[in-house]
Amino acid sequence: MSIKSEPITINLGPQHPSTHGVFRMRVTFDGETIIDVEPIFGYLHRGSEKLAEERTYTQVVTLTDRMDYVSSMLNNQGYILAVEKLTNIQPEPRGVWLRMIASELQRIASHLVAIGFLIQDLGAWGTPLTYSMREREKILQMFEMLCGARITNSYMRPGGVFMDAPQQFWDSLSSFIDEFPAAVDELERLLTSNEIIFSRTKGVAILTPEQAINASITGPILRSTGVPWDLRKNDPYDYYEKVDFDIPVHDAGDNYSRYLLRVQEMRESLKIVKQCVDFIEPGPVRPHHDQVPFLIRPPKGDCYVAIEGSKGELGFYLVSDGSISPYRWHVRSSSLINLTLLREMLVGTLFGDLFVTFGGIDINMGEVDR
Amino acid sequence: MFEFIYNILDFLFDLVIKDIKFESYILTGLTGIIIAFAVINGVLGGVLALIWGERRLLGRFQQRTGPNRWGPQGILTSTADAVKVMFKEDIVPEEADRYIFNVAPLLLVIPVFIIFSVIPFGISLYAVDINVSALFILAITSISGLSIICAAWASANRIAIFSALRSVAMLISYEIPVGLSLVGILLICESMSVMDIVIYQKIPFILIQPVAAIVFFLGSLAEINRTPFDLTEAESELAAGYQNDYSGMKWGLFYLGEFAAAIAAATVFSTLFLGGPNGPVLPGIFWLTIKVVGVLFFIIWIRASWPRFRIDQVLNLAWKGLFELTLVNIIVTSISVIIWTDADSNRLIFIGLANWIFAFPFVLLIFKMLKTSNYKNENKKSISYPIGSDNPKFIKEKI
Amino acid sequence: MNEWNGKILADEINTHIPNSVVSSDKDSVNVEKEKIYEVLKFLKDTSGFSFDLLSSVTAVDYIDHFEVVYHLKSLITLSKATIKTKLGFGREDQPEIDSVYSLWKGADFQEREIFDLMGIYFTNHPNLKRILLWDGFPGHPLRKDFVTNSQSIIPSEDLS
Repeated sequence: MSIKSEPITINLGPQHPSTHGVFRMRVTFDGETIIDVEPIFGYLHRGSEKLAEERTYTQVVTLTDRMDYVSSMLNNQGYILAVEKLTNIQPEPRGVWLRMIASELQRIASHLVAIGFLIQDLGAWGTPLTYSMREREKILQMFEMLCGARITNSYMRPGGVFMDAPQQFWDSLSSFIDEFPAAVDELERLLTSNEIIFSRTKGVAILTPEQAINASITGPILRSTGVPWDLRKNDPYDYYEKVDFDIPVHDAGDNYSRYLLRVQEMRESLKIVKQCVDFIEPGPVRPHHDQVPFLIRPPKGDCYVAIEGSKGELGFYLVSDGSISPYRWHVRSSSLINLTLLREMLVGTLFGDLFVTFGGIDINMGEVDR
Repeated sequence: MFEFIYNILDFLFDLVIKDIKFESYILTGLTGIIIAFAVINGVLGGVLALIWGERRLLGRFQQRTGPNRWGPQGILTSTADAVKVMFKEDIVPEEADRYIFNVAPLLLVIPVFIIFSVIPFGISLYAVDINVSALFILAITSISGLSIICAAWASANRIAIFSALRSVAMLISYEIPVGLSLVGILLICESMSVMDIVIYQKIPFILIQPVAAIVFFLGSLAEINRTPFDLTEAESELAAGYQNDYSGMKWGLFYLGEFAAAIAAATVFSTLFLGGPNGPVLPGIFWLTIKVVGVLFFIIWIRASWPRFRIDQVLNLAWKGLFELTLVNIIVTSISVIIWTDADSNRLIFIGLANWIFAFPFVLLIFKMLKTSNYKNENKKSISYPIGSDNPKFIKEKI
Repeated sequence: MNEWNGKILADEINTHIPNSVVSSDKDSVNVEKEKIYEVLKFLKDTSGFSFDLLSSVTAVDYIDHFEVVYHLKSLITLSKATIKTKLGFGREDQPEIDSVYSLWKGADFQEREIFDLMGIYFTNHPNLKRILLWDGFPGHPLRKDFVTNSQSIIPSEDLS
C-alpha cells in the first residue's frame, strides 16, 4: 500500500534552540524523513578578514578570539604560529609550553561543550550539559588567572604568550589534572552506555573515509571514520614532537563514534597538559621588545599554517606587503568546511537525527561565518 | 463524600432558614459546585507545587540551585509566574483559525480535571463513583490528542503540524498497550470501578501485576509527553511544537494542562498499582499524596537523566514491545484467575507469583530484543585508509 | 609531513603537462590559469603525489591581478604543496577560473566564499551563489577597491 504524500519544507533557524547560534537550514521533509537540506550561512558574518587588513599583527589576535569563541586559545595559537613563520620569530620555550597548556585545556573545554550540546540536542534536559559545563568552568577560571579573560582570551603574542602564569594557576591546574579523569568517568557513566543515546546516535550519518577526505573534512569527524590524521602528530607544530600522546581512532564514522572520540581526546589532551607541566622551565615567556617590536613588519611574502583545532584543521593564510598590518588574512575555518557533506549525511535520516548529526559535527557559528 | 456534604448543607440551611423548604436539586447543585471547587483548586495547587518542585529538583539533579527567590525556598515562584502569564499580551497569528485556536487549550485542560472526578482520594472519599471509571479514565485521556491537533492546525504552523502528527501517532500507539495493561487488574477485581479496585488492593497491584505496571507507567509517560517520549514538544527539534504560536494565558493553559496531566497520570498510577489511599495509620488522602509525590519524583528523575527517543523507536517500543507484553500479561493473569477462584487473601499472592514467574521474564526478553546491538568490538581500530602508504616522488628521486 | 619544494614540483608538472607552469619558487608553483584544473587533476590522481585533501582554497587581490591559492595535502604520501594561479589582469569585472568541485567536494563552500567575498567566478561549480552575504550585496568586500564606509549601507533593492 502506498500513501500519497507531499514534501513539506521547513526553515529551521536562524532562531532555533539547537542550531548552535544563528544558522539556518532549509529542510524538505517527506513525513519525518529528510529528503533535502540546504544550509544557509552568514547570519554572524562580521567580516573578520576585512577587519584584519586595517589592524596591526598584534591587534588581529583579538579578532581570532571572536571567531570560534569556545576555542579561542587554539585560534590564538594558529594565528600566532602563522605570524611567527612569516616573520621568522624564534619563540621562547616557556612561552611555547604555556601556549600548549592553554590550547590543550581549551581543546578539553571545547570538547566538553561539544559533548554537552550533543546530548542536549538528543533531548536530555540539561543534566549532561551542566556536568560538562561545571568542568569547563574550572578551565575558564584558569584562563582568567592566565590572562584576565574567560572567553576572548587574546593570551598569545608573537614569540610566546602575553604574561607568565601566576602561582595560583599552577595550583588549580594540578588539582584539575587530579580531578578531571574522575569527572570524565562520571560523565561517561551517565552517557556512554546509555541505551537511548546509543540507539539514537549509532549508525546515523555514516561517513566513509574517502567521502570525508574528498570533502576536506578534518578533525574528530575524520578520525571517527578510521583515519588517524591529526596535525599534532602528522605535521607537528610548537613542541608537540616532544610530548607523547595517542590519536584515538574509531572506524564506525557515525555520531556515536564522534561522541566517544571526543571523550577519548579529552583524556589524551589531559595527558599532554600533564607532560607540559613536567617539561616547563622558568624563563621569559616572550622575546624582548628589541627582538620582537610592538609593530611587527614581516617581510613580503605569504604563509599558510594549519593547526589541529578542536573542530579540525584550523588554517591561517597570511599575506604580508611589508607594512604593519596584514595585506590579506584568510582563515580556513574547519567549522564551515566540515558542513560540506551535511546534505549527504542527513538525506534519508529522520527529523530526530538532524540536530544530533548537527551536534555531532560540532560547529561554531562564529567560525563558520567569521 | 457527596452525601456527607449534602447532609451538612441540608443541616446548615435548616438551621439558618427554618421556614422555607429547599428543593433537593438546589442542594445537589450546591454540593456539586463545592466538590468541583475543592478538586479543581486542589489540582491547581498541586500543579503550582509540582512546577516549583520540578524546577527545584532539576536544579538539584543538575548541580545548580534552581528558583529560590520568591518565598522561602522559592516556593512562590510558580505563583509569580502564573500571575505574570495572566497579564501577558495575548497574540493570535493572522492566519490562525481563531475559534479553534482559542478552544484548543481548553480542550487540553478540561479532560485532565475530569479525570480527577473518578479518583478516590480516600475510602469513600470521591466525587463520583461510576461503575466503569477505569474505562472512563482511558476514554477521557484520549481527548488531549484532539486538543493538540486542533492547536497545531489552527495556528497554521508547519512545525506545529509536525508536533501534532507525532502526538497523534504516539497517542494511538500507546492507547492500546495502556488499555490492555489494565485488563489484568480488571480480571482480578471483576469490576471496572476504580473504587472497587482500590478496595480490592490489599497488596499493591504493582507486586501482583509487575508487567502491567511497567507497561502502564511507560504508556502514561508517552501519553503525557514526558521524557523520554517528549517528541511532541521536542525542544531541540521542534522548539515548542504545537505551542509555538501561543502566548499569554492560552499558553499558560497548555502549561497547566501538561502538569495537571502529569499529576493525573501519577494519581491514576498510584491508585491502580500502588494501592491508592490504602495505608496504615494515616488517613487515605495522605497516603495517596505520598504515593503521587513519589511517582512524580520518579518522573522528574527520568526527565533529568535521559535523552529522548526518536519517533520510529517510540513507535517500535509501543508496537513491538509493550503490546506483546500486555498480551503475555493477559494470558498469564487470566489462566491464574481461572485456577485460583476462591476469594481468600491468598489468591492475590498466588496470582502475583504466577505473574512474576511466567510474565516478568518476558519484560527482560523483549527489552533485550529491542536493544540496539552493540559495536562488535569497541577497541577495533582498523585503519581503512592507506595513510602514509606511498612516498612522495621527490624523496624517491633523491634516494 | 614534508613540504614539496616548489621548483621540483614545477619540473614534475611541466614534464607531464607542457607549458603549464608560469614560475616557481621555494614554496609554491605558479600555474597557468587555463591549465589549473588539468594540473590539479594530475596532482590528485597520480601516485607519488596523490593530493587527496584540498586543505584550503583562497584568493588574494593584488590590485593589478588576483591570485587563487590552493593548499594541497596528501594523506597517502604525507606531503603538502602550494599551487597558485594568477588571473583577472587589468581588473576585468568577471575573473573566471575552472572550479575544482568535481575533484574535491571540499572546494564547494570555499569557492562559494571566494566568489562571494572576492568576486571570482568559478565555472562548472554546481551551486555558485553568495554564501556569507545576502543576494544583491553591492560588490565584493575583500577586494581592495571596496569602500568600507558608505557602500555597505545601501539597501539591496537599489541594485541590479
